[in-house]
Amino acid sequence: MRRAFVPNRLIPTRLLLAAALGLAVTAAPVLAQRDPAYAAARASGKVGEKMDGYLGIVGPATGELKAMVDDINIKRKAVYAQQAQAQHATVEEYALTAGCLAIARTVPGEKYQTPDGSWATRTSAPPQRDSRCP
Amino acid sequence: MNRGELTDRLPVATTRPMVGRCSRDRNGRLRRVLGAAVLVAGSAGLAGCISVNAPDKPIVIELNINIKQEVLYRLADDAGKTIDQNSGIF
Repeated sequence: MRRAFVPNRLIPTRLLLAAALGLAVTAAPVLAQRDPAYAAARASGKVGEKMDGYLGIVGPATGELKAMVDDINIKRKAVYAQQAQAQHATVEEYALTAGCLAIARTVPGEKYQTPDGSWATRTSAPPQRDSRCP
Repeated sequence: MNRGELTDRLPVATTRPMVGRCSRDRNGRLRRVLGAAVLVAGSAGLAGCISVNAPDKPIVIELNINIKQEVLYRLADDAGKTIDQNSGIF
């Protein structure tokens, strides 16, 4: 009965495979590499990693900078929310953990937020982090 | 040894309630007066205007303080992978 409406034989497997691959390629790695503007803002210390797992503006906030930071933080929050649910944790807990790691992964010259809330420039020495950081 | 300790405790056990009762009897009148005074003061306080205003600022509870270290350690592995997989926004 159903066979009449779905002519499976007419859809080549190769085409199906290509369609699946195409979907995977367009869906996943939007987030594969830093946007050049973001990379530049990080390197110049205009943005920094906050303790709470989100990006912060270090100096004066221009509209452009704020739009970029907001955009990244919205995407981060979506990722945190998804993963936190999978790990049976709260978004804040997950974000704080990611913040610890993101600060640890900053490279010399980049800005990060210290436990007292101020901005610091990463040197080759380990960053000052929250005592609970793994 | 135990017997000695127990006999030592005996006077303490017997005299304390007695002392308590004795002093209460003696100061019973004073206590009643005091109690009345407290009642009067209390009702005076109630009669006065007690106003409770809602705070104009939102109450922010800093949740991060309550997050325990063990939770961060548990999530660390997964969070590391998440950062790797989403390197464009980290």
